[in-house]
Amino acid sequence: MTIAVGIDPTFVDVVRERSGERIHRCFYCQRCTVGCPTAHVMEYKPAQLLRLIQLGQKDRVLDSSAIWMCVACEACGTRCPNQIRLAPVMDVLRIMAVKEKHALEPSVYALHRSFLDSIRLWGRVHELSLIMEHKVRCLLAEPPLFFHGLISDLIMGADLILKGKIAFVPERIKRMGEVKRLYEEAAGAESEGDE
Amino acid sequence: MKYTYYPGCTAGTTSVEFGLSTEAVCEALDIELLELDDWSCCGASSAHSLNHELSLSLPGRNVALAQEAGLDTVIPCPACYQTSLSADIALREDEAWRRKMESMLDFRYTGQGRPRHILDVLSYDLEIEAIQARVTKSLEGLKVASYYGCVLVRPPEKTGWDDAEHPITMDCLVGAIGAEPVDWSYKVDCCGASLTLSKSEVVVTLANKIVEGAIEAGADCIASACGICQINLDTRQAGVEKVPIFYFTELMALAFGLPGVEKWFGKHTVDPRPLLRERGLLT
Ligand code: SF4
Ligand code: SF4
Repeated sequence: MTIAVGIDPTFVDVVRERSGERIHRCFYCQRCTVGCPTAHVMEYKPAQLLRLIQLGQKDRVLDSSAIWMCVACEACGTRCPNQIRLAPVMDVLRIMAVKEKHALEPSVYALHRSFLDSIRLWGRVHELSLIMEHKVRCLLAEPPLFFHGLISDLIMGADLILKGKIAFVPERIKRMGEVKRLYEEAAGAESEGDE
Repeated sequence: MKYTYYPGCTAGTTSVEFGLSTEAVCEALDIELLELDDWSCCGASSAHSLNHELSLSLPGRNVALAQEAGLDTVIPCPACYQTSLSADIALREDEAWRRKMESMLDFRYTGQGRPRHILDVLSYDLEIEAIQARVTKSLEGLKVASYYGCVLVRPPEKTGWDDAEHPITMDCLVGAIGAEPVDWSYKVDCCGASLTLSKSEVVVTLANKIVEGAIEAGADCIASACGICQINLDTRQAGVEKVPIFYFTELMALAFGLPGVEKWFGKHTVDPRPLLRERGLLT
């Protein structure tokens, strides 16, 4: 028996196991899709993603930008008649996509990575350096992205700086060693993916 | 009443009005907040998007800091509240994980206090009369759309909120300070959250739908319980008619006649002062 490229019949069990969500139960009523705030920018809607997972379409799912558009708002999980929460499923898919070097939605991925870098450096988030790192990561990943929304971001940023809502100088917590330890342990537990 | 306090990264920066008004309102109501020493960032949506263990260990560190006092921890940011809940549940229910965390951070998990959102504490730990009694300037005539957003109320089995689709806790507080809560359809819709930096067009669409919903329902303003919601709704309004976006704690501080209120309002993008002056609520 030959199996088409990119199809993995074990995919559904792996995702189910890692997310703890009983995705076999989905009967495609699409309530999740209807209530999802970001479905309009997903190439596969939440219910479609679940169906693709059930069909073992691993590459299509992990290469999709849809998995990066989920903001974990938990609307789907609250409304699903089978109590399936998409948010933990999406987390598993993103982590798999990074680890197995699939196409990543560059801007969203860059933001998450910059955010985690900020905590690794300061123990807390420092918005100004985070935004700068995000812009640089976008520039490196896909140059036109650097200019996307640049003007409106600059206007908003300037307004926040003028109102004293963005600190210039980051504040570092005292026991950084503890945070460092958490990062090291977590990196051992599962690859954080490429830098 | 005494609580430990986790302000979170934005309470001193992008949502400084939320941090300050939370602290001021608590003080006015004789609620003592003991800030956790050396707290760190909870990892927000980025940790759970990229690394499962970090999504539990980063907020877990703050849960660990709260153990010694054994008090409930007040948290203003719903994202921090949500991650802290997950971290607390993992420490409570997963013994292997608890042991690992205890040895990494050298603490003992007692499970006595729990992470609580400030709206929850002000709604359920006080009699509504205690809040009414503190009002010196009733916000009569101000029509307020209470906006709860997403992870403050969801998933209900974790947050235990009054109603995940039609919560009324904030509406009750708004009513207690004399304002008029408005019935509307977007109470628990999501504003797009962290996509504001990576996919701003999505947030522009979602935020404007919510603001238009409030205008349609006849609201003068929106009350928010989240720093990300507030900034998304406040800075992304594209329509002609602009609506001020308050933190519900700012409205409480205004009704209590607390000092400093006007300074916070100056930090908003949509300036709420003209509306409040027109209603005679600000001189
Ligand atoms: S709401 Fe639940 S059952 Fe319905 S399509 Fe979505 S996941 Fe499947
Ligand atoms: S949790 Fe994700 S998939 Fe579910 S409704 Fe919210 S954004 Fe959509």
